[in-house]
Amino acid sequence: MKKITGLGLIVAAMLAINGCSTMDKAFPLEGAKVDERKITGAGSTDTAALGGDFSGHALDDPNSPLSQKVFYFDLNSAEISMGDRNALMAHASYLIENPEVSIVAEGHADERGSREYNLALGERRGKAIEQLLLIQGVNRNQIQVISYGEERSAVMGHGESSWRQNRRVELRYSGY
Amino acid sequence: MKGITPYLFLICLVVSGSAQAKLTIQITQGMEGALPIAIVPFGWSEPGDVPEDIAGIVGADLARDGHFAPTPVEQLVDTPHDARQVKFSQWRDLGVENLVVGKLLATADGNYQVQFQLFDVLRGKQLAGYNISAGASQLRRVGHQISDIIYEKLTGQRGAFNTHIAYVTVDQLAEGTRRFKLAVADADGFNEQIILTSSKALMSPSWSPDGQRLAYVSFEGDGGSTIYVQYIATGERERVASFRGINSAPAWSPDGQKLALTLSRDGNPEIYVMDVTSKRLRRITNHYAIETEPTWIPDGSGLVFTSDRGGRPQLYRVEIPRGGPLGRPQRLTFEGSYNTRASFSPDGSKLAMVHGSDGVYRIAVLDLKTGNLRVLTESSLDESPSFAPNGSMIIFATDINGRGVLEAVSVDGYAHQRLGFSQGDVREPAWSPYFSK
Repeated sequence: MKKITGLGLIVAAMLAINGCSTMDKAFPLEGAKVDERKITGAGSTDTAALGGDFSGHALDDPNSPLSQKVFYFDLNSAEISMGDRNALMAHASYLIENPEVSIVAEGHADERGSREYNLALGERRGKAIEQLLLIQGVNRNQIQVISYGEERSAVMGHGESSWRQNRRVELRYSGY
Repeated sequence: MKGITPYLFLICLVVSGSAQAKLTIQITQGMEGALPIAIVPFGWSEPGDVPEDIAGIVGADLARDGHFAPTPVEQLVDTPHDARQVKFSQWRDLGVENLVVGKLLATADGNYQVQFQLFDVLRGKQLAGYNISAGASQLRRVGHQISDIIYEKLTGQRGAFNTHIAYVTVDQLAEGTRRFKLAVADADGFNEQIILTSSKALMSPSWSPDGQRLAYVSFEGDGGSTIYVQYIATGERERVASFRGINSAPAWSPDGQKLALTLSRDGNPEIYVMDVTSKRLRRITNHYAIETEPTWIPDGSGLVFTSDRGGRPQLYRVEIPRGGPLGRPQRLTFEGSYNTRASFSPDGSKLAMVHGSDGVYRIAVLDLKTGNLRVLTESSLDESPSFAPNGSMIIFATDINGRGVLEAVSVDGYAHQRLGFSQGDVREPAWSPYFSK
């Protein structure tokens, strides 16, 4: 019973983060549109020579919201920031369109406090992102959450500027 | 005890142990009113160098504890090696209250006899006298045993010098590559033994009560955290938990039959108790918050763990009756916004923890009878407190100028010592229980 209540809270929190409007309408981020915007943005002869397609993989296109694969968090928080919504919706759409592709959401924490609690906190951040993607309709089998706590810092150093970059979730794609 | 104002002094003993790493022990803060004690270098009448400086080991042990003030060797007024050679008036004039003398004798079988005596200088009386046989490789341990005898005679409390610590070291190799080592050493940092080397993170070593095994967390493999149990002597190990999600925070029950641990296989981190033989699991917590870092109440009646069910991480206690239903978790900490990673004093009367307040994380001790919380340290990135098996000191990890070091603080907060290596980080100390090898 408690678990159901807990899940309900998480879902409610997600809805609160995302507002009440339907997200699909607010962010129509199918793969084609992402590419199109990229091409008009770039407008170089190189791009033209490619016949309207980005030469690399969509996931590697620096102008696609899919290029954002690291998401940062506040201290002791697993709340997804508003500014990350756009990119996460793009990842959700991509995963829905490419069911053979899977991701690992790696959760991380900064060095402060106890290591074991930070391991749990890293998982909570990974799960927050997993939950958002699931709500969009991504298949559960496409996502795995692995927490590394504070054991794999992105940046060494002891200060808020380093800590901020270490409180993160990194999406790692495979199968594309 | 008079004048317990702490004062600062610095003794630096740089020694190279049998291992490659160079260990430094610094007493960073001692106590005013520490007991003055003279420890005379032990006699040795055979040809060649003395095989071990027993008096040096005993002096370093007692100085590290902080409650003793060993007289510097150059200030010793005489060098007696047994009772007949001691002139008590000399030592009284020097202001010492206790005197330790002794000698090493080589025996016909190639081993040694260590004789020592402890005297009350003011009363001119022997308090202890022992004759200990040992092989060459055991002489350091004999030194620690002598320290334990002296400690118990003079404080009434059992000594913890002849014990061990487990810890994790991290060497930064090439850019982005690190080497993690799980190590066991004597409580003074000597005789380091590497138990495991890995390119992936190692965490949370926990001693079995018989001192034979360590449970720990390893990130080897692709699935994140996994719990192993490893025999220290043979290196033989067993993977005990590798479920989907987090597998971490192992803690041995006092009877050695069970491991408390954290698993998130059912959705989010919860506390479980595993039967070590059958691997059967019993779920202890059931909450959507984070529950982790279980530690056993020393009588085995339940656990204390970290939970943020109240919004912020705090410590909770749960009773685990034999065969009966679980108790309802009771919150134990209310001071400060962050209290985690509990370690029980062996008598169950105190809890050491990581206490976070205003962005700094320090070691604090909660007296469970009075409810009084005392912050023992003044640094800002302290973690992993672990009680000595006699309850006198707490060893923990902290950060000094960007490097991880181990420190120990007396439970009253007055004596501080630091154990550091010349290179790399040291972290996650776990003080061994009493056990005989």
